[in-house]
Amino acid sequence: MTNHWNDIKNANLVLVMGGNAAEAHPVGFKWVTEAKAHNQAKLVVVDPRFTRTAAVADLYAPIRTGSDIAFLGGLINYLIETDQIQHEYVRNYTDMTFIVKEGYGFEDGLFNGYDAESRSYPNKSDWDYELDANGHAKVDPSMSHPRCVYQLLKKHYSRYTPELVSQICGTPLKRMMEVWDTIAETAAPGKTMTILYALGWTQHSIGSQIIRAGAMVQLLLGNIGMLGGGVNALRGHSNIQGLTDLGLLSNLLPGYLTLPRDNEQDYDAYIAKRAQQPLRPGQMSYWQHYGRFHVSLMKAWYGDAATKENNWGYDWLPKLDEPMYDVLKYFDMMYEGKVNGYFCQGFNPIAAFPNKAKVGAALARLKYLVIMDPLVTETSEFWKHVDDYNNVDTASIQTTVFRLPTTCFAEENGSLVNSSRWLQWHWKGGDAPAEARPDVFIMGNLFHHLRDLYKKEGGAFPDPILNLNWSYQRPDEPSPEEIAREFNGKALADLKDPNTGETFLRAGQQLSGFNQMRDDGSTASGCWLFCGSWTENGNQMARRDNSDPYDMGQTLGWAWSWPANRRILYNRASADPSGKPWNDKDKRLVWWDGKKWTGTDVPDFAAGSDPADKMNPFIMNPEGVARFFARGNMAEGPFPEHYEPFETPIGRNPLHPKFPNATSNPAARVFRNDMEIFGTADEFPYAATTYRLTEHFHYWTKHCRLNSIMQPQQFVELGEVMCKELGIKAGDRVRVSSNRGFIEAVAVVTKRIRPLQVDGKTVHHVGIPLHWGFVGVAKNGYITNTLTPFVGDGNTHTPEYKSFLVNVERV
Amino acid sequence: MASTQDIIARSATTTTSSSIRQVDEVAKLIDTTLCIGCKACQVACSEWNDLRDEVGSNVGVYDNPNDLTADSWTVMRFEEHQTTEDDLEWLIRKDGCMHCEDPGCLKACPSPGAIIKHANGIVDFNQDKCIGCGYCITGCPFDVPRISEKDKKAYKCTLCSDRVAVGLEPACVKTCPTGAIVFGTKEDMKEHANWRIADLNRRGYENAGLYDPLGVGGTHVMYVLHHADKPEMYSGLPKNPTISPFVGAWKGVTKPLAMLAMAATAMAGFFHYIRIGPNRVEDDTHTQGTSAQVQHFDPSESRDPSQGE
Repeated sequence: MTNHWNDIKNANLVLVMGGNAAEAHPVGFKWVTEAKAHNQAKLVVVDPRFTRTAAVADLYAPIRTGSDIAFLGGLINYLIETDQIQHEYVRNYTDMTFIVKEGYGFEDGLFNGYDAESRSYPNKSDWDYELDANGHAKVDPSMSHPRCVYQLLKKHYSRYTPELVSQICGTPLKRMMEVWDTIAETAAPGKTMTILYALGWTQHSIGSQIIRAGAMVQLLLGNIGMLGGGVNALRGHSNIQGLTDLGLLSNLLPGYLTLPRDNEQDYDAYIAKRAQQPLRPGQMSYWQHYGRFHVSLMKAWYGDAATKENNWGYDWLPKLDEPMYDVLKYFDMMYEGKVNGYFCQGFNPIAAFPNKAKVGAALARLKYLVIMDPLVTETSEFWKHVDDYNNVDTASIQTTVFRLPTTCFAEENGSLVNSSRWLQWHWKGGDAPAEARPDVFIMGNLFHHLRDLYKKEGGAFPDPILNLNWSYQRPDEPSPEEIAREFNGKALADLKDPNTGETFLRAGQQLSGFNQMRDDGSTASGCWLFCGSWTENGNQMARRDNSDPYDMGQTLGWAWSWPANRRILYNRASADPSGKPWNDKDKRLVWWDGKKWTGTDVPDFAAGSDPADKMNPFIMNPEGVARFFARGNMAEGPFPEHYEPFETPIGRNPLHPKFPNATSNPAARVFRNDMEIFGTADEFPYAATTYRLTEHFHYWTKHCRLNSIMQPQQFVELGEVMCKELGIKAGDRVRVSSNRGFIEAVAVVTKRIRPLQVDGKTVHHVGIPLHWGFVGVAKNGYITNTLTPFVGDGNTHTPEYKSFLVNVERV
Repeated sequence: MASTQDIIARSATTTTSSSIRQVDEVAKLIDTTLCIGCKACQVACSEWNDLRDEVGSNVGVYDNPNDLTADSWTVMRFEEHQTTEDDLEWLIRKDGCMHCEDPGCLKACPSPGAIIKHANGIVDFNQDKCIGCGYCITGCPFDVPRISEKDKKAYKCTLCSDRVAVGLEPACVKTCPTGAIVFGTKEDMKEHANWRIADLNRRGYENAGLYDPLGVGGTHVMYVLHHADKPEMYSGLPKNPTISPFVGAWKGVTKPLAMLAMAATAMAGFFHYIRIGPNRVEDDTHTQGTSAQVQHFDPSESRDPSQGE
């Protein structure tokens, strides 16, 4: 979230799109109730299904799954055409005035530079600004230059007329305009809309670009950095925010630092590429300090072994030969027989990844599989024949499965990072049963075992293992407190103020903020973003002061929020260029008091930067402003463009009907053998989408009696009209099949899924909850991901769980 | 449990109750317009009251368990209405005991003290004295009590009388994430409802209102409804609930009888005989059949089982 849960109460309008907050986040949803009750806010829901969120909404609009960019692109066009934008905000705080290189272009559904062979844009150098002699981006404050971002944006979305958008999305025109008009009201400088989204935006082959389109709408309306504004990802696991913060994706290092590619063998070039210098005069460009964060990380990992002479151990870092070893890539390799062993820690891939048949076959080709989990999972029993639910030939599976029971979060101390970016410390509630051990105990022992082997037997490259710094009190089981202190970081030498020469931190003392980090090896920090969470004043994550002096829900004394305890990101943008809040009455967040920045939140800005110096709010971007034009950062182009799901019910992209190359995302993650098993609408006529229910959490709570009582048995949701055609009644058993397999479930027949008119066709949706499987106390069911396609977003490689094609029959 | 002095009415008893204490009447207010149907209240009820129903089946609707049972004292009822071509309403109502000011169950109950009413308005069942006759079901205009298959006694929501007696709110209120269930004095709850209704009026719900039906003297569980003029839209919430005339007809006979302990016992046996049959060891099949019969005895049944469609 750019903002945070409590801040939702400050919104004038809550848009839930690509999510179902009431069902998936019922506790956090109380802040929507607060906004409605105390702020007279409206709630608008846009979703293929009339959900439990829609049940309490003021306005609901249906939309075809996977068509969100069309909806949002149409809205961008509408806001520009009807001049309902926050002009001062857009002119000053975004890239609208920036001039783009001449080579940039968009034609026949593709941006310039597409290579059909590799399904990618190998050269994105023209997707960038024109620079002047000083290396600064050229701008046109009048925004009339034909290649300024404003003109390019306007042109790009002029194709998204209301009529065409309505045809693509299936949203009735009148209702769509009602939603757009309601949203447009928040262009007023004093009004804000918050966007709450979740995996309904993420899990598409165009997921990242859907989210960008949402952010662009918020920028046009001046709703980023504002109280009650923002683009807010509601996280689906209690600590999934922490997972990304700590870099547990194959191409990341902690704190959103990045692993080098294999063509980046030179350390200085690696740093220089990431330590971006300001692209406009007077801008902060905070990533220019990349080196400090990187060196501090390497000092935390390798201690004394990381020296200036060995480039702080740069050679010990893996260099990626692929952009990313994401789950799709890895399971494809496993499927191809290229993987011997797999450690599966707190994950249930056969249930959670697309195309169960492929994942099951991949696991069966492993020599060994190690499961670390508090629960029995379907993955740990993938070899077991369970009726039609897991119809495998056990005898033919030779994989050795080791099951290591682990503690769950309530059985250990630690911190969770929630959607609000708060690190909240929690305390052990009870002992773990039987032989369950903390994950860190298992990993710690594995590490020692491996290190002993490397010591004894050598090996191809023992240095990264042998040099690792492991100075914990109990080497076999580092404590959560020690690890948390290590993430925060400490001084390795006395730190002196460069101006006064005064020592402000002694060697060994905890750092109080990432601004104290150095790139000379005198500081160590396991995750620069978490610096400030455990200082010399103790564990800041354990703070529980909920006082809220401005009654705006900021509670700066409750837990600790990255970065630097700031609760709302880019909050400098809540004030006008002169430093005065856009709305001084009930939307004041931070302001310039004549000498410094102050306010109800920790300013996300240089505290002493006088507005006259014209530093801009988006301090992480080298240009200082927010981007409508993504430059070269996105796989499929600088502006979000609507592409159809890979399994599309209409078979063409109404924006580019004559160009099959531009039907679906031309730069999505897809493998050849999966491409071959995509279904088409003649055989699989219904648009399917998968989701969670409020009664269950993922594949966990089917182990709990009470959750299973509340939602005991697998079902699918089908619209009344479609069921009339197929002769299906509520309670009938139906078979839902895709080109990858089938499931059988009880039919819930509902008015809440209505047929949509799309591109001259009637499109019916099929809603498929995902919680069931073949272990647990709920009634056995089929793995929903038997049906889903093995294709991912071009940037995150997140699979397209939300849009695919199925057929439905009564059984 | 509240002390006996706070009991102001007992089934099948004419003894006057003490009344010198000043006790505020309480009420639970359920705001259907804020309810997201998450069923956290169902879970909290089961947890606090140590109830574990069967893991059932899905019969084609969201309602699970599909009906109130002796082990599920509250359930969410979902009903869909197409209001205009483009508009739909999914009305979700938490169903359970309404704790009537004039409780039909208590009036109908032939067993002395099996059903009591506290001065604060809570209507409670005392299973020690319940004879399992099922007349409380007949007396209830809301079809709430259920006879357990395990012990043949009647059960329903207690409004967490044990929690309320020590100053806590009912478990469902404590757990509700959106504040759709609130608890306090009846007066305060009416005021809270007025505030909510004003908000709903502003949002275009002209007929928003409070459900506190006079036919049963008002209730200690009240609803805020978007459509107070049409409570039937909420899975058959009765518009003008009243106690069945049947209850009044035999009340005159049973009351004097009830004063005689022997007679009451005899009658208990009689009712037990006609409802459950003689106590004897049955073969499995027969027992199941009998149980099913008991569970289905439900003269006030009026709900369409396909109401979720």
